[in-house]
Amino acid sequence: MILLIASLALLLGGGAAALAASRRDRLRNGIVLGSLVGASLASLPVAIVTIARGESLALQWPWSVPLGSFALGLDPLSAFFLLPILVLAPLAGIYGVGYLRAWQGRKNLGASWFFFNVLVACMMLVVVARNAVLFLVAWEAMALASYALVVFEDERGDVRGAGRTYLVATHLGTGALFVLFVLLGQPAGSLDFADLGAGAGSLSLLFALAVIGFGTKAGFMPLHVWLPEAHPASPSHVSALMSGVMIKTGIYGLLRILMVLGAPPPAWGWTMVAIGATSGVLGVLFALAQHDVKRLLAYHSVENIGIIALGLGVGLLGRSYDQPAMAYLGFAGALLHVANHALFKGLLFLGAGAVAHATHTREIDHLGGLLKRMPWTGTTFLAGSAAISGLPPFNGFVSEFLIFLGALTGAVTLGGAGAAVGAVTTGALGLIGGLAAACFAKAFGIMFLGEPRSRHAADATEVGRSLRVPLVVLAAACLAIGLGAPFVVAGLDSVVVAAAGLPPHDPAGRALAGPPLRMVALGSAVLLALVGALVLARRGLLARRTITTALTWDCGYAAPDRRMQYTAAGFAQPLTSLFRFALRTRREGEPVRGLFPARASLATSTPDPMHREIYEPVFAAVGRLFAKRRWVQGGQTQLYVLYIVLTLLVLLVWELS
Amino acid sequence: MNDWIDAAIALVVLGNLSLLGTSRLVACIRILALQGLLLGLLPLFFHADDLTLRVVLQVTASTISKGIVFPWLLTRAVRGADERREVAPVVGYTPSLLIGGALLGLALWLGGRLPLPGDAESEFLVAVALNTTMVGLFLIIARRMAITQVLGYLAMENGITTFGLVFAEREPLLVEMGIFLDAFMAVFVMGLMVYNINREFRHLDTERLSNLTD
Repeated sequence: MILLIASLALLLGGGAAALAASRRDRLRNGIVLGSLVGASLASLPVAIVTIARGESLALQWPWSVPLGSFALGLDPLSAFFLLPILVLAPLAGIYGVGYLRAWQGRKNLGASWFFFNVLVACMMLVVVARNAVLFLVAWEAMALASYALVVFEDERGDVRGAGRTYLVATHLGTGALFVLFVLLGQPAGSLDFADLGAGAGSLSLLFALAVIGFGTKAGFMPLHVWLPEAHPASPSHVSALMSGVMIKTGIYGLLRILMVLGAPPPAWGWTMVAIGATSGVLGVLFALAQHDVKRLLAYHSVENIGIIALGLGVGLLGRSYDQPAMAYLGFAGALLHVANHALFKGLLFLGAGAVAHATHTREIDHLGGLLKRMPWTGTTFLAGSAAISGLPPFNGFVSEFLIFLGALTGAVTLGGAGAAVGAVTTGALGLIGGLAAACFAKAFGIMFLGEPRSRHAADATEVGRSLRVPLVVLAAACLAIGLGAPFVVAGLDSVVVAAAGLPPHDPAGRALAGPPLRMVALGSAVLLALVGALVLARRGLLARRTITTALTWDCGYAAPDRRMQYTAAGFAQPLTSLFRFALRTRREGEPVRGLFPARASLATSTPDPMHREIYEPVFAAVGRLFAKRRWVQGGQTQLYVLYIVLTLLVLLVWELS
Repeated sequence: MNDWIDAAIALVVLGNLSLLGTSRLVACIRILALQGLLLGLLPLFFHADDLTLRVVLQVTASTISKGIVFPWLLTRAVRGADERREVAPVVGYTPSLLIGGALLGLALWLGGRLPLPGDAESEFLVAVALNTTMVGLFLIIARRMAITQVLGYLAMENGITTFGLVFAEREPLLVEMGIFLDAFMAVFVMGLMVYNINREFRHLDTERLSNLTD
């Protein structure tokens, strides 16, 4: 525990020092990296040991804030959510040092790094806080620090707009959390997590508040609107950290509250399954229709949060229907996917950032042929793509497999309700997986294969080492979890048992998961060996021959042009037109006419319909309503004093009469 | 002795009413100075039998500042600003007087009902304290010029001092010093402000200053 506190202090101190050394680039970078890596090295062993032993640590200091106490605790669940933070934060930091070099001297990088460190420290504090006041303070500081990071390029109007959307969304969510914690703290009159409990009020109301409050941060579907705005706007290492770990604090909060609320009725599980299926399918569909690679990745975050929610739903239903195996597998899948998503989404955002760094554009349609120019970035991006599509031998497959297994277990053992769960979950997961694979075939294919579509891509060169190292480490981690699946899942046993609220040493789920996972790992190893053998064979066959290179897109044309390649929109068109009813893509341009068409053009854009058709009208209406009340606050000091005096007088008279 | 106290209190109330009824700034400042002097000297009457060093110091500091230093600072500001009258107040002078009467009634009613720890020196002291505070706040609300805002603030401060008189024995010295310092800084800062606002904008209308926002 003391190591954890030391890490927090190191991060905050490092941030403050970076602020002080803002103008001295080398010193500042050294301080930041030292604090990030140091904090990570100090806390990682603590978290791992906690998970391995399945024990809990606690610490409580008095705090003068009313109802607050500086209560920290480290149980397997908290330790598990610490892991991705501690792994991704230093890697994103190393990457960020290289990435932000382009802004040196033009921006106050000290402030940016200060907020980065604060963000990391607050995320750690959020998952170990054991008092609602402390939790909410850390939660708010986390939101504000990330806001400051999102608006890094504040000279751009779209970035400021994205920041504002994020700020409004996160505060609406926090509002729900305030109500939630007040209601939970009421029965015992204390806001320490240990004393929280549901009072006379409806449990389902509390659950709904938790879903809204934490779901806004996590990005559940109707509440996701800030994600596709904020992630593309922020620098890539920040997007990686926010998408990889910050949104997971929402999942953590939900799990923590579920532990407080006790046995779940089936409706909660169904709610989570419904949210998961909606977020997952719609998230990946919108991703498919995007042209901006980081926006595409942001929608994939929504999709992956959907997968996690599906897992939670399966787990909750398993608890409601008293099926320990189903609960175990659902929660195991959801939790493992939390870690997996942190790894591969971090990898993909960093990869996309490396591409943007080298080509100065995020438009997929301007890229192409980058695999030859940026082999490291390309290969690791491919690994990330395979992982996020849930393909073996990478980690995404393992967690999705566990959720599948949980849903199928339910379907087999439960009968009616279980069959429904199984059908919905497996159907949604299958659809999500397929569409995700299509989406990344598009993203990877258009970006890295073929010929460069513009000057940006043609002039690209591989990025520097500080940007490359994190990519390789993350890709290796994705592969390692995929290959070591049985060990990883067994290692997470204590976390899953705690989160699922199962009695410890209940072998049902573990026994069920063991053999297939071993098969998965074996299969993955064989696949990897085959690929390796093929590469070696190709090298051996080509060893003593002359190798000529030809155009990639030849197709029998005499003079192929790079504009004859598929565009991103064109590649995705069969799928996007299939789901036209949900996407409502706008198409503009002149269609091709006649036998010898002269000019033709096509531009498609897919704005978020929730944003456009629900939030914008609602916020506009609220704005109009408040504009009519502007006279109340007209800027006259005299009037304000009058309000205060009248209030005081009325209160005084009321009290005395 | 009590007659003297009551007479002083009556003068303070009359001062309040004339503050509401006059547009001439210098006259307002003189009224406030008079109030300050009266209120500053009152502790002497309360403690005629047991004068302590603390009371004497308090009386000296309060009379010098409120009776001499503040008026002098404010008169200087008015002369410098070259605006002798509040020409267009938010609430006119006749309505102000009527409201002042209503406020006096309200203060008397409240003063009679307000439960106080210990015995007050005079039954009207609380009512007058309330009335002075209200008049000060009313001046802040109902006048436009920066200088009248300062005057309202000073009247309110006088009211608070009167409250302090009720609890003269109980009030810790630190609180008294705090209030005193508050008023001093306010007058000092606002005096400078008035001077600078005038130099910068050639007027002292606080409503027009709100154009600086947004």
